[in-house]
Amino acid sequence: MSEIGLALANVFGVLVIVLAVAALLIWVERRLLGLWQDRYGPNRVGPFGLLQVVADMIKILMKEDWVPPFADKAVLVLAPQIIAVVALLAFAVVPIAPGIGVVNMNIGLLFFLAMSSLGVYSLALGGWASNSKYSLLGGFRAAAQLLSYEVFMGLSLMGVVMLAGTFDLRAIVEAQRPLWFIVPQFVGFIVFTIAGIAEMRRLPFDLPEAEAELVAGFHTEYSGFKFGLFFVGEYIGLVLISAMIVTLFLGGWLGPWLPPVVWFVLKTALLIAFFILLRAALPRPRYDQLMAYGWKVMLPLALVNLAVTGAIVVARAPAH
Amino acid sequence: MWSSIRTAWTIFLHMFRRRETIQYPEEKPYIPPRWRGRIILSRDPDGGERCVACYLCAVACPVDCISLQATEDEHGRRYPEFFRINFSRCIFCGYCEEACPTYAIQLTTDFEMGEYDRQNLVYEKEDLLIEGPGKYPEYNFYRVAGLAIGGKDKGEAENEAPPVDLKSLLP
Repeated sequence: MSEIGLALANVFGVLVIVLAVAALLIWVERRLLGLWQDRYGPNRVGPFGLLQVVADMIKILMKEDWVPPFADKAVLVLAPQIIAVVALLAFAVVPIAPGIGVVNMNIGLLFFLAMSSLGVYSLALGGWASNSKYSLLGGFRAAAQLLSYEVFMGLSLMGVVMLAGTFDLRAIVEAQRPLWFIVPQFVGFIVFTIAGIAEMRRLPFDLPEAEAELVAGFHTEYSGFKFGLFFVGEYIGLVLISAMIVTLFLGGWLGPWLPPVVWFVLKTALLIAFFILLRAALPRPRYDQLMAYGWKVMLPLALVNLAVTGAIVVARAPAH
Repeated sequence: MWSSIRTAWTIFLHMFRRRETIQYPEEKPYIPPRWRGRIILSRDPDGGERCVACYLCAVACPVDCISLQATEDEHGRRYPEFFRINFSRCIFCGYCEEACPTYAIQLTTDFEMGEYDRQNLVYEKEDLLIEGPGKYPEYNFYRVAGLAIGGKDKGEAENEAPPVDLKSLLP
């Protein structure tokens, strides 16, 4: 009985906290962007502007939930749900600390990759169902970008898998006890970080929505709650990718003195802040540059990293 | 790659710069004296209304937000019977001030005139008239104009010579 209670507490705890953090990130991102642009950001509503989150939520939920008459209604409604659900599902395998985390799968890493790949359906279908030019272009871009960057996102992780010898995320964290994987797998870390930004459509790589050229890309025709779901999906994606980098390269919950949960949260928060810094600092590349960068630089780099890591692992393995 | 990292570092250092934001309601920004804000109607130094209801401001107004009706008092002085400015239309271009021949209509530095009800933005003459002469403390139109009104005949204005008697031969 208490086991079931513990599992339920884990499931709902993680769900509630992830959603709360995703909502809070609206405020965090605006404040941090303000900080780096020599201004304050929202600081009026409640202490430090914290209630801005509530105000934003009320506003977005009160908006008219409009479906354009020319759109494919069923798919249009379905698309934003996919991304939010998929991002939350991927969170199920994230090992937050010993004893905290929804499930403990021996293929956790593959599950994460699979779920983040499914996200592309949301964008492509959303862009297609909207039945407008900008949305369609955004959807196409999303499909091409996410598929290209998926390739070496998976490949860059194989070095970690070889070193740890498992797909189990908890075992991968435990394998980092002597040395965090960011040191032996530095190239993998760089490649995975860049692929992660592209996969979550964060700002230097937000070409699917590129507001300067495509209005709002795949969610041009979305409003109200459905737009909110896309929004939440993106922020959960940001938390997810930060949590995954922490798990795979930065030693997860490992760390001295402080309790494991604190270490995990601290590292994840720092990475999130770093991603927001990138948003504040870097301009968006052109679309062909993005593709060339992915296929001509990142993919070979990931392959070389894979080959070298494999060679070292084989060379150091005890002879049979 | 290197330039991207350097950019990110530069942006990060901006964290420690002074904020550019002026926290408005607590902290007021500098407003130049010639700011074009809320419109007022001024009075001459004697306390009379400067406006002579010539309609030039209403004509100059590009959004037609000024409406007035001219009338005359017992001395023959023109003044507006009503003078109404709809500030929900006003674009604060200042053309009315430029057009005004008597310095009556003036724009001020006040811009805090938010209202919850649109109708409250329609200002009547009582709301517009102020007690003082505004930007031109000495000026009094009827004292310098050649126009004859009750109590001031032709040639009695400041710097004005009495009219020449055309029917006389005397110099």
